[in-house]
Amino acid sequence: MPEVSMIVNGCAVRGTVEGRTMLVDFLREKLGLTGTHVGCDTTQCGACIVHVSGLAMKSCTMLALQCEGAVVTTVEGLAALSSPLHPMQAAFREHHALQCGYCTSGMVMMALDIVRRLGEPDDATIREELKGNICRCTGYHNIVKAVAAGARAMAAQPKETAHA
Amino acid sequence: MVLAGGQTLLRDMKRGQHAPASLIDITGVVPNRIEFRDGAIWIGAGATHAEVASSPVLGQHLAVLAGLVGHIGDPAVRHRGTLGGAVAANEPAGDYPAACLALGATVHTTAREVAAAQFFVGDRRTVLEPGEIVTAVTFPVARQAAYVKFLNPAARYAMVGVFAARSADGRPRVAVTGALAHGAFRWREAEMALTGAFVADALRGLRLSPDGLLEDLFADAAYRGHLAEVLARRAVALAAGPTHRIMVLSHGSRAGTDGQQPDSPTGRRIRDLSTS
Repeated sequence: MPEVSMIVNGCAVRGTVEGRTMLVDFLREKLGLTGTHVGCDTTQCGACIVHVSGLAMKSCTMLALQCEGAVVTTVEGLAALSSPLHPMQAAFREHHALQCGYCTSGMVMMALDIVRRLGEPDDATIREELKGNICRCTGYHNIVKAVAAGARAMAAQPKETAHA
Repeated sequence: MVLAGGQTLLRDMKRGQHAPASLIDITGVVPNRIEFRDGAIWIGAGATHAEVASSPVLGQHLAVLAGLVGHIGDPAVRHRGTLGGAVAANEPAGDYPAACLALGATVHTTAREVAAAQFFVGDRRTVLEPGEIVTAVTFPVARQAAYVKFLNPAARYAMVGVFAARSADGRPRVAVTGALAHGAFRWREAEMALTGAFVADALRGLRLSPDGLLEDLFADAAYRGHLAEVLARRAVALAAGPTHRIMVLSHGSRAGTDGQQPDSPTGRRIRDLSTS
């Protein structure tokens, strides 16, 4: 089986995979990073969103081998275990932007991509930008509030801690 | 088989529609540059939708195309999906095929150059031969152009989309996507009607034949045909305005809230980008 190596959450990792192994399966099964979820497995729901080379992508629709040498960030990479939550994670908690939590890691990773590209967009723009993230619990209202609040909190932070 | 962004191919492999013995990832091999050359925009097939949507070159010369591409899929899909992949996939509700047909694009491959009108040949089919790879597409800059699509209420792809353009030499072209299982097509009767004057009223009374129109849970053939007629008028009206335009409509609110024709489908304008 082929071998793949990449940087995940700042750590160099290496593993053997089948050619058909998707990035999300490599992250979950090989690396034990189960914060990234598989919802629809058809590129629609966004539960599997991670950052690859700084861009939000759906890890259920990328082969692990396509990430050879790439820099990957998952939700586990946003805040160390003993340190405070990332401002976007804190905003999701503060605004009760989740119920079952299944979509949450993908929502948070997408939210950070929205902030990277658009700064502090208005609510209508946030809703449009979340087109590829499906939540079946919340009705999205609190998610939109959380993304806006997280964006504000990140803008108020010194640059180097505004992780994206 | 060749793999680029994989946003169609990997999905289709999961569905069992393709089972290639091997895949060759051409990311980084096929160019992704975007250039203005001799009255046309040349886009390398490796350009992602995000790159095309945010291209300053397109913003200056053919903003309608940047706007169209900025509404393909969702932001995460646009970070991976490519122009080459989208035209090679030729999905029946694809946005790019409509743009290629209405703008009179040329598809460049490793073997030849093919006019868009000859490139797309049916449901998810093109003239590409095994081993032949799309390397770039050139889009002539239109004098006027607009794209209007009405979203599927669940998956948000174009239930019907109409691209209306008037080329630099004044020739009208109208392409419809999402309506036929066959894929995007030129609506010749609409083009004929627009030859005298490129105005929305020239399309009044035109009827798209329901034969072969897609029917599914979301829309029957008559509804899709009606949408195509209404969206074509809207696209021409937008194109005849001062800027290149994109309009994305969906279910859910009153007609006419955007000041457009009162006979619009029950739709809400969720984004009307004056992109230039």
